[in-house]
Amino acid sequence: MAIDFQLNGKPASFAGDPETPLLWVLRDHLGLTGTKYGCGVAQCGACTVHLDGKNRRSCVTPVGTIAGKSVTTIEGVTGKTAEAVRAAWVGLDVPQCGFCQSGQGMSAIGLLTAKPKPTDDDIDHAMAGNICRCATYVRIRQAIKDAAGVKGVRA
Amino acid sequence: MSRAGMKLQLQHLGLAALAIAAVALPAAVIARQSAAPVGLQPVSAFAGIADPAARSAAIFTEMGKVLTHPRCLNCHPRTDRPRQGDAMALHNPPVVRGNAKGEGAPGLQCSTCHGPRNVAFANGTGSIPGHPLWHLAPIEMAWQGKSLREICEQLKDRRRNGGKTLAQIHEHNANDTLVGWGWNPGPGRTPAPGTQAQFGALTKAWIDTGAKCPT
Ligand code: HEC
Ligand code: HEC
Repeated sequence: MAIDFQLNGKPASFAGDPETPLLWVLRDHLGLTGTKYGCGVAQCGACTVHLDGKNRRSCVTPVGTIAGKSVTTIEGVTGKTAEAVRAAWVGLDVPQCGFCQSGQGMSAIGLLTAKPKPTDDDIDHAMAGNICRCATYVRIRQAIKDAAGVKGVRA
Repeated sequence: MSRAGMKLQLQHLGLAALAIAAVALPAAVIARQSAAPVGLQPVSAFAGIADPAARSAAIFTEMGKVLTHPRCLNCHPRTDRPRQGDAMALHNPPVVRGNAKGEGAPGLQCSTCHGPRNVAFANGTGSIPGHPLWHLAPIEMAWQGKSLREICEQLKDRRRNGGKTLAQIHEHNANDTLVGWGWNPGPGRTPAPGTQAQFGALTKAWIDTGAKCPT
């Protein structure tokens, strides 16, 4: 039986094995390759999407568990918070190689949706599960503060 | 899978960079645990202890095999961080208790990764635990690093056990499904000793004999 869900605001469906990770479905079956595969074991954050508006690691999410739910990927994320994050990312030229950045951006938008004015600690705690091999962490943190319009204490 | 195996697999996919960045993989990913399954003695095994108080304390000591098992301790920490695996290493990624309910920090909640049920990793050995209510036990219910006597006293203390009566503690141990996860922890993790039914029966016998604590 096919699994139906919302993807970036439109109906989507997957007719294969319900144990297939959502990440596989997004990239290999539905052609949305903006969401990245990094580790496959919920350690790196590259595969972060929003599930019903909240951050979710798609590599450990069997597609069978999301029937009727709403998935947003980097390709489809919209709204004021997403725009502010995008502008801040461009403004600071955050990415280096860029591989982890779709996950970083989605996590940042998820954080600011849940907590619009985060403290330094809020940012560190929220982003602790997103690894960046180029160590763009300092720019990521600053970009989140810029997007939120907060100053924070630490760099 | 060994850490080297994990690295190789990632290199194979051209992602060596991330493999190196993901420095400290959790214990259960690095080493498959090979501990032999441990049982629990039935309530009848304690019938020979004539003094009810001594019998009660002995039964609690048997319950302690479950209460101090990594499956339970990992989620009942004294700090704001859960632990992982049979070696009880600090949880990786470094998640925190977050809100008062212990559901994690905004943006990185337990439910960012943990789903309604256990999920085997798609690319190797091991699994991520799951339950619809997966969250950290409140700080007043911390058990890590405590003696069995301390855990026992605290289980009976309604200020530190979530306001539960002894009957409710029995109900919780015997039937709560988050407790039950301990016997169904998913691939790569040693289950708690015995069965939840045996643990429930021991809890009842402990209460019926006066709920005494071991010295
Ligand atoms: C995923 C985290 C998690 C795991 C794993 C877990 N617990 Fe808990 N435990 C909790 C939470 C949260 C509470 C408080 C909510 C409640 O009372 O239901 C709690 C409360 C309790 C309580 C009642 C309060 C107290 O401390 O006196 C008992 C007893 C208990 N757990 C036993 C166990 C046992 C036994 C195991 C292992 C077989 C276990 N728990 C594993 C999260 C966990
Ligand atoms: C970024 C992803 C992520 C987040 C967020 C997360 N976890 Fe985990 N957790 C994992 C993974 C992956 C494992 C399995 C690691 C392993 O053993 O291979 C795990 C394992 C655990 C275990 C170990 C179970 C055992 O006995 O081995 C506990 C306890 C736990 N998590 C509790 C929590 C709690 C409580 C929260 C929220 C405060 C949380 N986790 C948030 C990814 C996460």
